[in-house]
Amino acid sequence: MTQISVRVDGVTYADDVEPRTLLVNYLREQVGKVGTVVGCDTSNCGACTVLLDGVAVKSCTVLAVQADEAEVTTIEGVAAPDGTLHPLQRAFHELHGLQCGFCTPGMIMASIDLLRDHPDPSETEIREGIEGNLCRCTGYQNIVRAVQHAAGEMSGRARSDGPASDRSASPADVDTAAAPHAVVRA
Amino acid sequence: MIPAPFAYARPTTVDEAVQAIAEGGEDVKVMAGGQSLIPVMRLRLAAPETVVDLGRVAELRGVRDDGDAIVIGAMTTHAQVLADPLVRQHAPLVAAATETVADRQTRHRGTFGGALAHADPAGDLPACALALDAELVVAGLGGRRTVPAAEFFVDYLTTALEEGEILVEVRIPKLPGEWGMHYEKFQRVAQAWSIVAVAAAVRREDGHIAEARIGLTNMGPTPLRATATEAALAGADATVEAVAAAAGHAAEGTSPSSDLNAQADYRQHLAQVLTRRAVLRAAGL
Ligand SMILES: Cc1cc2nc3c(=O)[nH]c(=O)nc-3n(C[C@H](O)[C@H](O)[C@H](O)COP(=O)(O)OP(=O)(O)OC[C@H]3O[C@@H](n4cnc5c(N)ncnc54)[C@H](O)[C@@H]3O)c2cc1C
Ligand code: FES
Ligand code: FES
Repeated sequence: MTQISVRVDGVTYADDVEPRTLLVNYLREQVGKVGTVVGCDTSNCGACTVLLDGVAVKSCTVLAVQADEAEVTTIEGVAAPDGTLHPLQRAFHELHGLQCGFCTPGMIMASIDLLRDHPDPSETEIREGIEGNLCRCTGYQNIVRAVQHAAGEMSGRARSDGPASDRSASPADVDTAAAPHAVVRA
Repeated sequence: MIPAPFAYARPTTVDEAVQAIAEGGEDVKVMAGGQSLIPVMRLRLAAPETVVDLGRVAELRGVRDDGDAIVIGAMTTHAQVLADPLVRQHAPLVAAATETVADRQTRHRGTFGGALAHADPAGDLPACALALDAELVVAGLGGRRTVPAAEFFVDYLTTALEEGEILVEVRIPKLPGEWGMHYEKFQRVAQAWSIVAVAAAVRREDGHIAEARIGLTNMGPTPLRATATEAALAGADATVEAVAAAAGHAAEGTSPSSDLNAQADYRQHLAQVLTRRAVLRAAGL
């Protein structure tokens, strides 16, 4: 056992862990941050993405001992203390950026990391920026819209130049526009 | 799956690291970013007795100017390499290849030294080190030695690192004259490894190609130089036709594998096409 001290979502934890413990298992099983999920066994899916000292990492591919003395932010720590959702959480909700929702915690953490470096990303920059995150449901269209929309909101720009500005669109309308071959009726 | 149990050492200097390896028992693994090692340990393809984590060895991180070369510390992450102005200025080939490695998350943890020491034939950075005639500085209990890139990559996942040695830093000579560089990678989907890729550095002079250096990724168990193409390009006209003719030699002397992604003959075809594209881009044609 090795002693580690990790600050997770603003709270410091001191714990004994086996060196082989993966950060994601430590977060879920010892700290109780079950919002961070595991989607694969091969470091490919990104569902487990958290911020480690401010940058996105796949927490299934980091050992808990490597996070000793570091700061971790999970999806459970991104909303404001009063419960107000992070702009990315809100955008995923409003623009229907999820279906089953399993990839969503990782998508949002990866997008927070992307928007820090690219506050006003192009569609290509978004698609490349989240290439480490796989979604089996949505086809990515609405995920990209949600990230674009949140980027506009976070930088205080009113976006009137693209589909992401259409905040009143119902999810069904948005889906129809995104995937005309699979018409969804409201 | 999680890794099999192991003892964990976290040195803070190169000397301590080398000592920890010596004291770690029969099967010791050095861990850099862990982006190749942890997946392999999770699949239990590796189950070392001791893991020596280089994550706290500060002297192994960062890029510095050393006169006629830039020196990249082994523990410099892919993300740090991408953000570094010295790399952009003197080794844009390394930046171009690093951009294609994995995804943002993996580039935050994975390191330049780890990618070279891992020596995966499909890894993108070994061919760049080879094309740029990099020198690799390694340390062991007996001191330090320098290994040219051409001697570092020995076989599939095998380097000239001896037991107990670690890679410390990589010297990349500054190339005199005006060089253009480009990395052309062919992959099936996002965050995938190269099926084949070509690292090209080209120096033009008076409408001619004065010199070209071409590294091939995944055209054999180690990275290779496309020597026949390099020879054909030396002194050639800087024209699309001359480059295309020279690129036709790119697969000579290669022995690529056949796997689920591609047959060997398809890889040889790709090597020619990608070499043409890479050299044209590097030469500004
Ligand atoms: C999803 C995913 C996609 C990827 N895609 C690509 C890709 O497209 N192209 C690509 O090139 N790579 C890719 N990689 C691999 C990535 O580049 C890794 O960063 C790299 O292969 C290993 O670097 P690391 O620092 O994580 O090393 P580790 O995983 O820590 O170590 C790898 C090996 O090198 C040895 N080692 C590491 N550092 C040293 C040292 N200083 N001295 C001696 N031995 C050392 C270790 O003992 C181990 O055997 C991908 C990885 C993942 C998880
Ligand atoms: S669970 Fe971590 S990448 Fe899939
Ligand atoms: S919403 Fe189901 S995996 Fe993305």
